[in-house]
Amino acid sequence: MTTSQHHANAELAIEVHGLRKTYGSHDAVRGIDLQVASGEVFALLGPNGAGKTTTVEILEGHRTRSSGQVSVLGHDPGLNDRAHKQRVGIVLQSTSVDQYLSVEETINQFRGYYPQPLPLEDLLDLVGLRDQRRERVKKLSGGQQRRLDVAIGLAGNPELLFLDEPTTGFDPAARRGAWEMVRGLKSLGKTVLLTTHYMEEAEYLADRVAILVQGQIVAEGAPGDLALRDRTTTVRFRLPDDAPSLPNELPATPDGSGAYLLAADNPTRTLHSLTAWAVENGIELEELTVTHPTLEDLFIELVGETGGSEE
Amino acid sequence: MNSIMLALRQVRYENSAFWRNPAAAFFTIVFPLMFMVIFNLIFGSQEVTDESGNTYNLSTFYVPGIMVFAVVGATYTNVAMGISFARDGGLLKRMRGTPLPSWSYLAGKIVHSVLLTVLLVIIVAGAGWLAFDVDLPTTKLPSVLLTLAIAAATFCTLGLAVTSIIPNADAAPAIVNASILPLLFISDVFIPLDDAPVWLTTLADVFPVRHMALAMHSAFNPFEAGAGFEWAHLLVMAAWLVAGALFTIRFFRWEPRR
Repeated sequence: MTTSQHHANAELAIEVHGLRKTYGSHDAVRGIDLQVASGEVFALLGPNGAGKTTTVEILEGHRTRSSGQVSVLGHDPGLNDRAHKQRVGIVLQSTSVDQYLSVEETINQFRGYYPQPLPLEDLLDLVGLRDQRRERVKKLSGGQQRRLDVAIGLAGNPELLFLDEPTTGFDPAARRGAWEMVRGLKSLGKTVLLTTHYMEEAEYLADRVAILVQGQIVAEGAPGDLALRDRTTTVRFRLPDDAPSLPNELPATPDGSGAYLLAADNPTRTLHSLTAWAVENGIELEELTVTHPTLEDLFIELVGETGGSEE
Repeated sequence: MNSIMLALRQVRYENSAFWRNPAAAFFTIVFPLMFMVIFNLIFGSQEVTDESGNTYNLSTFYVPGIMVFAVVGATYTNVAMGISFARDGGLLKRMRGTPLPSWSYLAGKIVHSVLLTVLLVIIVAGAGWLAFDVDLPTTKLPSVLLTLAIAAATFCTLGLAVTSIIPNADAAPAIVNASILPLLFISDVFIPLDDAPVWLTTLADVFPVRHMALAMHSAFNPFEAGAGFEWAHLLVMAAWLVAGALFTIRFFRWEPRR
């Protein structure tokens, strides 16, 4: 590692070119390019078996790659370098810690591995385990154990944090809490690489997302832009049986359940025409809704019915 | 902080966790002591005959025998179980993602096992001396300590080595116990093998447990003069130590196999 190399990549926390990983005859990752800027929250989305975890574990240094170039904070994570590991925090998908140590002891144990750890009190507050600090790990709930995982990942005050499915198995309230925590990390200037299969999570947290299907990135961008890509807002409503037919400028199509769908490039104008027509004809538009396209719509479109395979 | 300090800090955490885990503390510490009391109550007054035809009281047989059992439990069983469970829960993998050198983590577990060994040997020797009137081999003390040191190193290494053939935590107790309990029974640990068929003792001689037991018995045997060094037995244990170390280096896994 040279200084010039480090400086060249200073604004990019992660840079990946043509990454491939083959297990026997199975191609888990088939040529991925990724760039994650410093201070960015980046989400990797994909169905089970899409290669998310394989990709992240290569970036973490837990797996070797078959080919391609990988640079994490200017280092090749495959080199297993101690100095590099001091700058990176890893929260794996399912890992335990010693069940018989307390929350505080466990965090301190991991803090001890790093030259400049975050203060214990800050970590307890960040993950909301202050009240459980003297509890044995064994006694924590699933959500609390996951928060402890995050505290351990942050113990060394890393520049970059990997979060592999941080909220899987959380109830909605715990998930909200975890999201606020990740937002807090962003405000501290940390770069976060997150994998998830919850679309709302990616929409809420990520500056940019990449959707991974069968080992390849099929879409990448800011969640809002991606959701809007090639798709429009939809207006949905029902008409009474005796309603007159719709005018030509409102080309609604029946959705099969008796309601009508109207694609709206310009939702304000469309809605205005529709309601004006309805008032004019004395019609009540039942169940009138306007739906904004979501990341989930795009995801389902991209993954299709056969895109996901069980792990 | 340097790697040795990190390893020593690891020992402290291992120790706190060990004493709070009732199952670990019971099987490692209480079990051998319970065996010592039971065997002494049942057979303590009977006699054992050594190779030269001298007879002595079975209590003198049981103190070194139970020491072997305790050392094997605190090292081989303890290390193999501890590492298998840590690996299964993903703890080894998590450690690999931190700047802690991998060996420091394993060293923490091993040093802790050795400390447990020292504690157990002192308790067993003390109890034998106080409660069962066994003479401790003060003149052969260097040989006892050397035997214990080589044995602890060997069985810790074999405990590490066996984790390579343990696929996951569910299989750990079965593989660890199945590999060690039969050996303990055919290795002069609980029962003197005076009347055993030759093929059985020949089989037992292949493995390190009987060599540790014979070296310990020889040190405690009041009729055996000299310093008590049993070089042949120590050499067999050392050979297993080297084999176990090579096997570990080649096959050790940081993640479970499903």
